[in-house]
Amino acid sequence: MDFAALVRYGPELASGLPQTLLLVGQSLALGFVLALVIALMRLSANPLVSGFAYGFVYVFRSTPLLVQIFLIYYGSGQFRPFLQDIGLWVFFRDAWFCAVLALTLNTGAYTSEIIRGGIQSVPFGQLEAGRAVGMSPLQLFRRITFPIAIRQALPAYGNEIILMVKASSLASTITILEITGIAKKIIAATFQPVEVFIIAGAFYLLMNFVVTQAIRYAEYRLSPKSPAARARAEERRQKAILAR
Amino acid sequence: MPTPRYLALAAGLLFAGSATAQDWSTIRIATEGAYAPWNFTTAAGELAGFELDLAADLCARMEAECEIVSQAWDGIIPALQAGRYDAIMAGMSITDARREVIDFSRSYATTPAIFVAPKDSALAAAELPEIRIDMSDVTDEQQAVIEQLRDLTAGMIVGVQTATIHENFLREYMTDIDIRTYDTQENLDLDLQAGRIDIALADQSGWQPLLEGATGDDFMRVGPGFSGGIFGEGVGVGIRQEDTALVEKFDAAIQAALEDGTVSALAIEWFGFDSAAIP
Amino acid sequence: MDFSLLAWGDAGWGDQMARGAVVTLAVAVAAYALGIVIGTGLAAMRLSAIPPLRWIAAIYTTVIRGIPELLVIYLVFFGGGAALRAIAAGMFGYEGYIDLPIFLTGTICIGASAGAYSTEVIRGAVQSVPKGQIEAGIAVGMTKAQRFWRILVPQVARFALPGLGNVWQFTLKDTSLISVIGLVEIMRQAAIAAGSTREPFTFYLVAAILYLGLTSFSNRGFGWAETWANRGVRRS
Repeated sequence: MDFAALVRYGPELASGLPQTLLLVGQSLALGFVLALVIALMRLSANPLVSGFAYGFVYVFRSTPLLVQIFLIYYGSGQFRPFLQDIGLWVFFRDAWFCAVLALTLNTGAYTSEIIRGGIQSVPFGQLEAGRAVGMSPLQLFRRITFPIAIRQALPAYGNEIILMVKASSLASTITILEITGIAKKIIAATFQPVEVFIIAGAFYLLMNFVVTQAIRYAEYRLSPKSPAARARAEERRQKAILAR
Repeated sequence: MPTPRYLALAAGLLFAGSATAQDWSTIRIATEGAYAPWNFTTAAGELAGFELDLAADLCARMEAECEIVSQAWDGIIPALQAGRYDAIMAGMSITDARREVIDFSRSYATTPAIFVAPKDSALAAAELPEIRIDMSDVTDEQQAVIEQLRDLTAGMIVGVQTATIHENFLREYMTDIDIRTYDTQENLDLDLQAGRIDIALADQSGWQPLLEGATGDDFMRVGPGFSGGIFGEGVGVGIRQEDTALVEKFDAAIQAALEDGTVSALAIEWFGFDSAAIP
Repeated sequence: MDFSLLAWGDAGWGDQMARGAVVTLAVAVAAYALGIVIGTGLAAMRLSAIPPLRWIAAIYTTVIRGIPELLVIYLVFFGGGAALRAIAAGMFGYEGYIDLPIFLTGTICIGASAGAYSTEVIRGAVQSVPKGQIEAGIAVGMTKAQRFWRILVPQVARFALPGLGNVWQFTLKDTSLISVIGLVEIMRQAAIAAGSTREPFTFYLVAAILYLGLTSFSNRGFGWAETWANRGVRRS
């Protein structure tokens, strides 16, 4: 590993950073909205609604993201005439749209489980207490359910963000030039795979380090500061790593 | 003390199958298996194509046992350097850039590169001449055609297989285009069919499956056939630089196969035209 | 969609896809086994009293969890052979070519990732064994080995089972990434068939269904294992 390689390839690889961040940012934002909808559907009393949500989550968690991306990108090409007829082809024609769609559906499925876990962790007694003092459903959600659920779900969601940063590298397989895509482009011209992939790996490590620190800070701000509460927060963090 | 024996055993396991002695009685040849008709994978799961037949012929001439392995295109040179196999026969053109990292046998085939676009493309009206351009010796007329092509494709999305002479050409000679790179010719075909790209550049023979396939009538060749210069000196066997003895063996075998007409016969069988290199 | 493409035998791709599924399962099992070995070793290091051991384990899990698996695969695939040759030349004076077969490369890469995640699972499980039980073991005169085999191992296995089930599920899915370096498992087979037949949707759908089948079956397996491991445990 020589520093000359870092100087030579670093700037070009860094030019993929905005693409990676944009891809992750868009997918996380859209995925979170989708996850809220799915989580609420799963908690619905209508078995058809909750069943659909369960099926959605099950299918997307049981198949590799790479299959989902290829199915959406190359698979949609097989139905081009149909998609053109209903006016959706303009979207599927675009590789970026396909990548964001696949990542959104994927993170939506995982995040909905995180949200559901958070909502279910709210002790029933606290809701009863809220009702007893005459809170409206909206107040209940804003003052009791949401703060408790978010604190519970934050470590797992932080972990999901890291997984999404990593997952975005798969967009390189469908012509998108984010960090991994640019790395492959450089290698195609220079045949120096090891140096280039190590530098690219360092970029991802850096991004994920920033995410980890940001989530820790948010947790610290949101959590009660007693030693017992901090021990519980640490335990949640450990558990979150496994919620994949 | 048992340790050395274990080490020897472990070493033996690692080296097994790879440490072919330097007499080249066995040669491992890599191909891509996704570049019909040069090399592809059949529904029976077997490798077939022009280069598979040619490899069998060359190996017989070299009196070597050959093992053919399939390898994804974008890693095909690094894996040769890593020693995963000894030679590449995957429709790989001999170029100066590749010569910096690996060596080549003499060329065994040469086919021009052509652009292909959907028939409803705006380029259809231009009716560019289907001439042959040798990039190492471009006349003024030919230069005018290249410039016309450059103007017509401005603003278009152009597809190409990654790490190819065709990609190099696009980056060097075309301006104002959005280049999309694909890991295989097959995926490039799929996206051209899907209409995600406006036009694409590849080897004439590589276009055959698309142009002769079920939807072939929807596509057309656009303009000249390119070869020479940036497009290299034809297709050859890629070999590690230090294996000079292997290069010589392949050179002799290819020369003999070209001279007795074997390569031409195989080319006509697989491509429908004689793409054998000049002996 | 043309389902005759999925016929068994030389005319169709059905048998190739099934063979791909077998390779996927084989590489997943091998990587998972490797992952548990790595995870157990690293968990012991994370819980060790010697700080450098703890640091090494922490660095390993942080780095592996922070880099896309795709990059790790590319890196080992392209760089592994060179590294091995350097070792062979240095230690044995061997000058020839050595390289890892693709199956082994894939197993190592996915196993490395599974190892990082199972480290946390196993460490958590060890920490959930009540201290009092170990103390009770000491009190009744158990040796260190007895305490390890009779108190720690059975309970750690039980506590770790759900987490390890999770690790198995993503190990299985991560094997799809090995297709990029050419191992002919489900995903690569689907790509070959899709390119050859020009029916990408059909084959990627079949791939998705195969993965769905594999995860569903193994989920059920882990479900049974958990029920079995928890037999006789009092419910609170």
